[in-house]
Amino acid sequence: MSLVNQIAAVTALNFKSMPQRTLGSLSTVVAVTLVVTVLLAFLAMGEGFQKTIRGSGAADVALFLRAGAQAEANSSVTRDQLRLIEEAPGIASDASGKPLVSGELYVVVDGIKKSSNTKANLPLRGISLKGTATRPGFRIVAGRMFAPGANEIVVGSAVLKEFNGMDVGSTVRFGTSTWTVVGVFDLGGSIFESELWADIDVVQNLFQRQNVFQLARVKLEDPSKLVALKAFSEGDPKLKLEVVSEADYYAKQARSMTGLIQKLGWPLAIAMALGALAGALNTMYNSVASRAHEIATLRCIGFGGLPAFVGTLLESLALAALGGLAGSLVTWLLFDGMTASTLGSNFTQVVFKFDLSPFLVLQGILIALVVGVVGGVFPAWQAARMPVLHAYNRS
Amino acid sequence: MVGPIIQFSNVSKRFVKGKETITIFDHLDLSIQAGDFVAIMGPSGSGKTTLLNLMGGLDQATEGQITFNGAAISGLSEGQLAAWRAVNVGFIFQFYNLMPMLTAERNVELPLLLTKLSGAERRQRVQAALALVGLRERTGHYPREMSGGQQQRVAIARGIISDPKLLVCDEPTGDLDRATADEVLLMLQTLNQEMGKTIVMVTHDPAAAKYAHRILHLDKGAFTDRELAA
Repeated sequence: MSLVNQIAAVTALNFKSMPQRTLGSLSTVVAVTLVVTVLLAFLAMGEGFQKTIRGSGAADVALFLRAGAQAEANSSVTRDQLRLIEEAPGIASDASGKPLVSGELYVVVDGIKKSSNTKANLPLRGISLKGTATRPGFRIVAGRMFAPGANEIVVGSAVLKEFNGMDVGSTVRFGTSTWTVVGVFDLGGSIFESELWADIDVVQNLFQRQNVFQLARVKLEDPSKLVALKAFSEGDPKLKLEVVSEADYYAKQARSMTGLIQKLGWPLAIAMALGALAGALNTMYNSVASRAHEIATLRCIGFGGLPAFVGTLLESLALAALGGLAGSLVTWLLFDGMTASTLGSNFTQVVFKFDLSPFLVLQGILIALVVGVVGGVFPAWQAARMPVLHAYNRS
Repeated sequence: MVGPIIQFSNVSKRFVKGKETITIFDHLDLSIQAGDFVAIMGPSGSGKTTLLNLMGGLDQATEGQITFNGAAISGLSEGQLAAWRAVNVGFIFQFYNLMPMLTAERNVELPLLLTKLSGAERRQRVQAALALVGLRERTGHYPREMSGGQQQRVAIARGIISDPKLLVCDEPTGDLDRATADEVLLMLQTLNQEMGKTIVMVTHDPAAAKYAHRILHLDKGAFTDRELAA
């Protein structure tokens, strides 16, 4: 009890004397706030990106890609192969009994970003109306669906938000062809909302890719049918395509990009944390120096070294935790829910929202506390070893 | 007087400064009786404060033995000495050494945080101690709201709150005017005469020293009046 009393008393003294060290304490809080803000901004970006891409994949949708193709952009599937796929087992059918197989072509076109007024790659997906049936949640939120055979496009809602000239009724020019925007679609915040969609036949013709698709997207009767589908593809020498579930495909895409974002974010945050650490050390050494007289007086009275150690460490931790909370709050206010776009694995823009989850906040607070502990432990040791004779030095 | 409360036997104190060894005391003997009021005087650098530190368990002798009520305190670890100080010694400093961010009652309560007393018991004792030094009305005041004399009285209340047998005072009136200094010295005298506290006081002021039963003159680490010292 006595030790607890001592620790409580010394800690209270430290906190009560903080106003005498406002500037130093504040600089530590600000430094930690910056570290946490930078780290959390990167992590929230990675999290948001990952969520967008992961949310794009369904377990009961399978993709047929050229063997060895890492992404849709590198893949190709011929019309003959598409016909063979329609014969595969385990594929769900539409109302008319036709298998839900969508051959899709993916080309890159230019768009102008609203944020920077610069050109950026946009994916234009050639798709049949069957393609929408493989994407649950698809809905037209403005205008209408493109008409088969017409130079018409529908744009994802993220594209409308981030790019110029994509309102319904606008005309856009890609290469030599002119297109009319006839509708805007939503797809549950998935990556497809970063795309433009048009009729597959028109895209194939205007981009001179007749009879070629980049992938075949099929709706499975249920996710377990994937095994049979893979066996079917491997068993037919004319196919030999790689079959992956859409969920796995996008999870893999998300991992590589998120990994890159995190690889940038953590080293930057750690470098800044070292700076904050120097600040914290300086503040806490000053704190101990300014309280040397008081600490030594307490030691004279009979207080032990441990309360001085714990009290100093707690002060450092409190400053760091305050910085951690402030950094989390700043990130939440500035970045959470913010829409941004970046280059995805197909070298086209992916629009996503920064997502600051509680788990990320926990990571931010954790790095703040690490700064607090390391920045406090050496000054705390000094406080614990404070010579009692300092009590005679007038502060 | 019931026997020595403090006994120095062949005590030497040396400091090493760079390549040089500075001797403060060399084989010093000293005996202070329980209930005594001793003033230690001497020029600057004579070793007065070092002597006080050794008595108060703030410093360790290089050689020899120091006993308190017959038990050796030389050789105790830092932690043991801190615990010993908490029970046996009250400190009164020239500049009061109050915690500026604590009220008078919180300052006085500090030594009691080292005991097992409950909060209510601590508060009761603090009120009694502050009443004893005539500051019952100032319990909620901060040091900056009090005069030097009042601050020193708070420091005295803090020094006696845990009922130590020994009070060590380092120039307790050094920062006070004559009238206030006399008030403080009278208070120390009362604590000595009515409560039986043993008081050892370092002072430069001959008028302050007159309040003591005996005056020890220290010069270059040795008592100039052997009879009084031993």
